[in-house]
Amino acid sequence: MNKPLRRIALFCGILVLALLVRTNYIQYVRADELNANEHNRRVQIERYAHERGNIIVDGEPVTGSVETTDSDFQYKRVWKNGPMWAPVTGYSSQAFDSSQLESIEDGILTGNSDQLFFDRTLSMFTGDKKTGGNVVTTLDGAAQRAAFKGLGSKKGAVAALDPQTGAILALASTPSYDPSVFAGNSMKDSDARQKLLQDKDKPMLNRALRETYPPGSTFKVVTAAAALENGLYTDIDEETDSPLPWRLPLSTNLLQNEGNIPCENASLREALRWSCNTVFGKMSNDLGNAKMIEQADKFGFNQEVFTPVRADASVYPKDNQPQNAMAGIGQASNRATPLQMAMVASAIANDGKLMQPYMVAQRQAPNLDVIYTHEKEQLSRPLSAENAQKVQQMMETVVADGTGTNAQIDGVTVGGKTGTAQHGLNNSEKPYAWFISYAKTDSGSPVAVAVVVEDGNANRDDISGGGLAAPIAKSVMKAVLDGK
Amino acid sequence: MSVVTNTTTIGAIDAPSRRNTELALVAFAVLISVFAYANVGLALHGELPAGMLGYGLGLALLGGVAHLAVRRFAPYADPLLLPLATLLNGLGLAIIWRLDQSERFQALKTFAPAASKQLMFSAVGVALMVVVLVALKDHRILQRYTYISMLVALFLLILPMFFPAVNGAKIWIKIPGVGTIQPGEFAKIIIAVFFAGYLMVKRDALALASRRFMGLYLPRGRDLGPILMVWAFSILILVFETDLGSSLLFFGMFVVMLYVATERTSWIVFGLLMSGAGAVGVATFEPHVQDRVTAWLDPFAGWGKEAASEQMAKSLMAFGSGGTLGTGLGQGNSDLIGFAANSDFILATVGEELGLAGMMAVLLVYGLIVERGVRTALAARDPFGKLLAIGLSGSFAIQVFVVAGGVMGLIPLTGMTMPFMAAGGSSVIANWALIGILIRISDTARRPAPAPAPSPDAEMTQVVRP
Repeated sequence: MNKPLRRIALFCGILVLALLVRTNYIQYVRADELNANEHNRRVQIERYAHERGNIIVDGEPVTGSVETTDSDFQYKRVWKNGPMWAPVTGYSSQAFDSSQLESIEDGILTGNSDQLFFDRTLSMFTGDKKTGGNVVTTLDGAAQRAAFKGLGSKKGAVAALDPQTGAILALASTPSYDPSVFAGNSMKDSDARQKLLQDKDKPMLNRALRETYPPGSTFKVVTAAAALENGLYTDIDEETDSPLPWRLPLSTNLLQNEGNIPCENASLREALRWSCNTVFGKMSNDLGNAKMIEQADKFGFNQEVFTPVRADASVYPKDNQPQNAMAGIGQASNRATPLQMAMVASAIANDGKLMQPYMVAQRQAPNLDVIYTHEKEQLSRPLSAENAQKVQQMMETVVADGTGTNAQIDGVTVGGKTGTAQHGLNNSEKPYAWFISYAKTDSGSPVAVAVVVEDGNANRDDISGGGLAAPIAKSVMKAVLDGK
Repeated sequence: MSVVTNTTTIGAIDAPSRRNTELALVAFAVLISVFAYANVGLALHGELPAGMLGYGLGLALLGGVAHLAVRRFAPYADPLLLPLATLLNGLGLAIIWRLDQSERFQALKTFAPAASKQLMFSAVGVALMVVVLVALKDHRILQRYTYISMLVALFLLILPMFFPAVNGAKIWIKIPGVGTIQPGEFAKIIIAVFFAGYLMVKRDALALASRRFMGLYLPRGRDLGPILMVWAFSILILVFETDLGSSLLFFGMFVVMLYVATERTSWIVFGLLMSGAGAVGVATFEPHVQDRVTAWLDPFAGWGKEAASEQMAKSLMAFGSGGTLGTGLGQGNSDLIGFAANSDFILATVGEELGLAGMMAVLLVYGLIVERGVRTALAARDPFGKLLAIGLSGSFAIQVFVVAGGVMGLIPLTGMTMPFMAAGGSSVIANWALIGILIRISDTARRPAPAPAPSPDAEMTQVVRP
């Protein structure tokens, strides 16, 4: 009987061997694949098993991490003054992933980035608890506070840049939301997020980067720049060829000015000071659609901007003559993000050089070693220094003696442009109030800002760039100047 | 002149009994288990678990009592069987306790702390083993109960049909006040007794009365009867109790024993053909079995749709996450598997927390138990003992393969428990009894042959040297 017994022994051996081979296969050969499987909750558990790195403004973190017992995810994100910083940081939720800076810099913040490989390897030997690295932003806490407070309960957005470097100093959007309320992984978080998503005021929309508005009269500085750059006019004080009234080409409609203002053959400076629709509409028409598009593109229109958070592309459209004339005064299909208009102001303030806007100054390893520093970078050259200074003079006149007097700051040169953009069918909806401006000191311009207020609650007659938006721009500029 | 021939493989005269080796190994097994227990406590709570002393003493007591019983009642038994079983039992307890501590596991509706109950069941199991050793002075006594065994086994197998299905399989019976019992685990042993007794009597008829056809010895029609009956019976279990595992186990055990008894390869061929046909046939109309096969073919495809697939995928991810060295006891997330993580899927916790290294070690321990069982069969001097030992160890091997292969996705998953490790009273009690019987057979096999009786003619015989 022993011969079959030995064979059965062999058979049992084969069974055990098959199991050994299989365990090697799934635990060694397929281990990485199974470990990274999308359904493997361990990936998420590990991700939240240690404190997330912070987003830093003025040397202080605006974010934090707290231990939670809601679920098997140990740490969740919290914000210091979430509504104010949400447009900068985005959210980071255990249940709903992350957005904006929290999403883009996730590798650094979780400590999983390849840039941190060396640190991770080192801490494997030292036994240090794994933590995330920090992201140091360019934002100016005082300017951000001024912007957020200035917008207050109104609906709108503010974007402020350092014209000389492209550093984003303020990025506010209201109504805002506190990302802390749905940072966890519970039903409460889910309900809170649902409520935000259903809010008709869209608090989770980052208006500074992701909403495009008709820029209205603020776009006239771009049209003026196009006229100067293309040699249509060379002297800002010479008379322009601008009849009043002026009929839109291929149309029977007259282009209207706001009120009875001296626009007939007005010089560039005067036309901008009074915000003459007729002058700039005709100027856009004289230049033609192609040249207008070319100039707008140089300012950054028609392309997405990565700060590194993506900003929607602003649009200066290819269009027919009357529409192009309207687009030249910031109406028709012309649309711009607040960031885009801040870029326009900053390029003019920086003597014609448009710097790449950015908000990440440095990335820090968990041990605070700096592993990345942003180098300022020129994005384009929309206009020559000479022409830029001409537009500056025009904009400074607007603030000194025009529609933008509300933005005046004692002892500082301020240039600006108001805008009151009509929208809706037959202008049925309340207009948007715009203001773009920059401040100038002896060492160049430290701040350019764009403000838009889309306040449905304000009295229609009160909505004007100079009235609603300019004071906000002023307080943001003042905050930056005071901090210098 | 009479010559003493020793036909056994093991059991040379004056072979050491190895009882002290066994004691040392049992102590080692208890120590490893206590370390595992401490490891869990330190990893989960940062301190030595409060129950450690009780657990350690309990396990040491079990091992000690079992060892003393073997020393007293089966002094020549195989020295490895007891330590190996103690190690698996102790390790299983530590892992069950570890899963008891898991908040995720506690949140399950079906959750009930299992560790202390398991320790109690282990005690009952060891007690049953001692009873086997004390009461069963010679395993050949079992031969007398061949047909009674058959009746009892049939009764135990049919019983669960009259109880409601639990999680899709009808393998439990519920006794109010006692809890649920899985009679199949006990039937496994009893039916081995029947097969051994039956085959010992019929082996010659089955082996010799056959015709040769295409190189195979075909049995006569009337001799085919028993195998057909067992086959039909295992199919019935499959259909009515939807228990693929037990069905496979009984049929596999029968084929193995039949082959050993008759030495005819044709039985193996027949067995494979019939089990293949049966499995395919049942799988075509049994949704429960179909789900398991789908889950086996592509576990991740059914994520979020099929509970069976999701469970399988979770098990695979637990193994994968363990990697080579594992996360360490208490530091993995094998509790994500949820339901049955501490019973059918307990190996997934071994895989995740002890890693590939731990899995290989555990599988080899199981392999060693089988190896000692087969060796016992080889060493046994009587055919009944040989058949019973190979039947028990063969079924043990098949069970380990079916469960471990199932949770690792090597074969479709069938609802069976990992012997000694998985939480579940019936399983651990029955397997201790199984070890008891193997120890008894090995004791008989390794017992030194009685010294030849002095021949009365010795005086008168003279050796004449040339």
